Amino acid sequence: MDLSYGPQYDAFREEVRDFIATHRDQAPRGQGIRSEPVKRWQKLLIEHGYAARTIPVEYGGHGGEPDILKARIIGEEFAAAQVPGGLGGQGVSMLVPTLLELGTEEQKREFIPPTLAGDMVWCQGYSEPGAGSDLASLRTSAVLDGDEWVINGSKIWTSTAHLADWIFCLVRTEPDAKKHQGISFLLFRMDTPGIEIRPLVDMTMASNFNEVFFTDVRVPKDQIVGQRGEGWHVANAILGHERDSLGDPNASLARVNRLVELMKTETVDGQRAIDNPAFRDRLIKIQARVTALRMNDMRILSSRINGRGDTGLARLITKLQATELRHDLEGLGIDIMGEFGLMFGKGPHLRDQGSWQNHYMYFLGLIIGGGTSQIQKNIISERGLGMPREPKAVMPAGS
Amino acid sequence: MEFGLSEEQGLLRESVDRFLDDHADLDRVRKYADDPDDRGDDIWSGLAELGVPAVLVPEAHGGIGLTALDAAVVAESLGAHAAPAPYLSTAVLAVAALRLAGDEAQQGAYLPRIADGSLRIGAAVSELSGARQGAAVEARDDGTLHGKALFVLDPDADAFLVADGTRRFHLVQADAGGVETTLLPQVDRTRRIAELAFSGAPSEPLRGSGDPDVALQVIDLGRVIVAADTLGAAQEMLDQAVAYAKQREQFNRVIASFQAVKHLCAEMAAEIEPARALLWYAAHALDEVPDEARLMACHAKAHLAEVGQFVGKTATIVHGGMGFTDLLGLHYWFKRMGFNRQVLGGPERVREEAARVQGLA
Repeated sequence: MDLSYGPQYDAFREEVRDFIATHRDQAPRGQGIRSEPVKRWQKLLIEHGYAARTIPVEYGGHGGEPDILKARIIGEEFAAAQVPGGLGGQGVSMLVPTLLELGTEEQKREFIPPTLAGDMVWCQGYSEPGAGSDLASLRTSAVLDGDEWVINGSKIWTSTAHLADWIFCLVRTEPDAKKHQGISFLLFRMDTPGIEIRPLVDMTMASNFNEVFFTDVRVPKDQIVGQRGEGWHVANAILGHERDSLGDPNASLARVNRLVELMKTETVDGQRAIDNPAFRDRLIKIQARVTALRMNDMRILSSRINGRGDTGLARLITKLQATELRHDLEGLGIDIMGEFGLMFGKGPHLRDQGSWQNHYMYFLGLIIGGGTSQIQKNIISERGLGMPREPKAVMPAGS
Repeated sequence: MEFGLSEEQGLLRESVDRFLDDHADLDRVRKYADDPDDRGDDIWSGLAELGVPAVLVPEAHGGIGLTALDAAVVAESLGAHAAPAPYLSTAVLAVAALRLAGDEAQQGAYLPRIADGSLRIGAAVSELSGARQGAAVEARDDGTLHGKALFVLDPDADAFLVADGTRRFHLVQADAGGVETTLLPQVDRTRRIAELAFSGAPSEPLRGSGDPDVALQVIDLGRVIVAADTLGAAQEMLDQAVAYAKQREQFNRVIASFQAVKHLCAEMAAEIEPARALLWYAAHALDEVPDEARLMACHAKAHLAEVGQFVGKTATIVHGGMGFTDLLGLHYWFKRMGFNRQVLGGPERVREEAARVQGLA
């Protein structure tokens, strides 16, 4: 066991801290995507290698060598200073890595630089009303007509569709092929005629999600990533990126520390929540689970740095455990407040801007989104424990 | 940066595993469980040849002088095999107490004999993690012990480490006179415990234990080692459940192909993996992160108790009716983890201590 990052990384951490201290006045404060302060900040971060760090310069990145620990330190320091880091969103976090791996040279040059700069905002068109956990059964169709695809169908759970310039979208192009082999990965503009967006209000009463409907949407033939029928393969590269980013144990740590403070100030019958043995027991239980996931994350990180493949199972369980834990943690925050925990929306008596209820529901959404807990358990048992799929592969050898 | 076991620790685990596979299989464990005269001498002497009792003994006293994490690696293997051995009492608690509180002469007299496997020291320390009605040990100025100690680990030892009501340690020879041992039949038959009645038993104090923190440090280490034993046992139960599900057929399918069964196994794995990382860190912290050592020991002990309980129940269920039988023997691990849950403090009490450590209680 050696948990130090090493002296060269201590120096790097100092660099990052100096940068933040010097430049934090220029960081955006709540301005929306596409605003000038956000784009200026992104440009500054890329120049210094704190965003798009490993993306080649010719595609608008910083062009640095991959270094897992430096990336980790950047994330830690920006979070600790409560300064926004580089742009996120589905374009930067999902499409860019996929294009780098599977896009053509023209696609990389056309799409990656404006996406990184914040000039091109993306949404993801995967799930459909009839294709959720069984995503590969999707039915939105694209038929080639001359030099154009003609798209018909609909997508659902499309985050930020109402803000996006472009969509990366899974469509069925080979209706006669097996379901996984009939899908293609298309890129097209959201202002193309025939696209209708309807907001979908979620249980937190926010409307980040949308339904998107396509009626004879015409898209140039070459706006495809990979070959016809390879879309499933392309999409899976992206899903891997998403799954990695869902469980952030350090965010849970910050939240459990906040919960401790809240429990010291909330009182019922004059007793602080922290002095109630039942609440305290629940707190410590959750604290142990948060610690365990943080250490699990350290183990995965160390295994990646050292190029070892010995943490497969530790990785597979992360999304399941991190989202379930966070939902439980936020729920405890509500419980210790009792009726005050119900306060929601704009009104008096809100604690932490009503974030406990909001996160409690939001993380319930994340238990479902990005592969439900049940799908995660299938993956853990099949890939991690070598158990057979259902319903195929059921007869034992020799029978 | 390296979070995980070193190559040497991997080899240590393998060597203990290999010995226990061959010499402490379930048949051997059953024989120990059924025969009160069986002290498992063959197992302990074999482990001694591998250096197991010497893991925490300093090299100057004939030991190997390894870390708490190494000791936890050994405990995982013992738990995985449900192996009967006086490891917790002799190799962990007694060695830690002697190292922290024994004088030169005591260390020189006892540690080398522990290290070579020739001396077993039982542990009468349960009062440290919770005084119980009808039990208390008093040490008088003339060096004699009086009163009763409950839940004494490994009562067929040659000597005992005894914690008195003021959290000071004493060593008592088993044949010294004034010590009466009554075995306490209990559910985990891979371990033996007893109550000891002291009526003026001559003892020698470990003088360094005047500092009340010494006893707590010994308990911290003991808790991490008990948690490691549960980790090993839980992993073994999961492995057995998955293997059983892959060969058991119902409805013309192996039951491992049913999602209801797969999800039970996935849930066990999802609990065990982070618990392993927590346990390793807690062991590491004992030696290297003193500020966090006690809190992490509490978290590891309480959390592994919960994980062990969940896995014990769930792995048994995956085995169906066979899991409930003595024939299969799965219950040895179930009971082992049940024992580990209570000894050195049950999870609710340990969590309360975790709160106190942080100034929250």
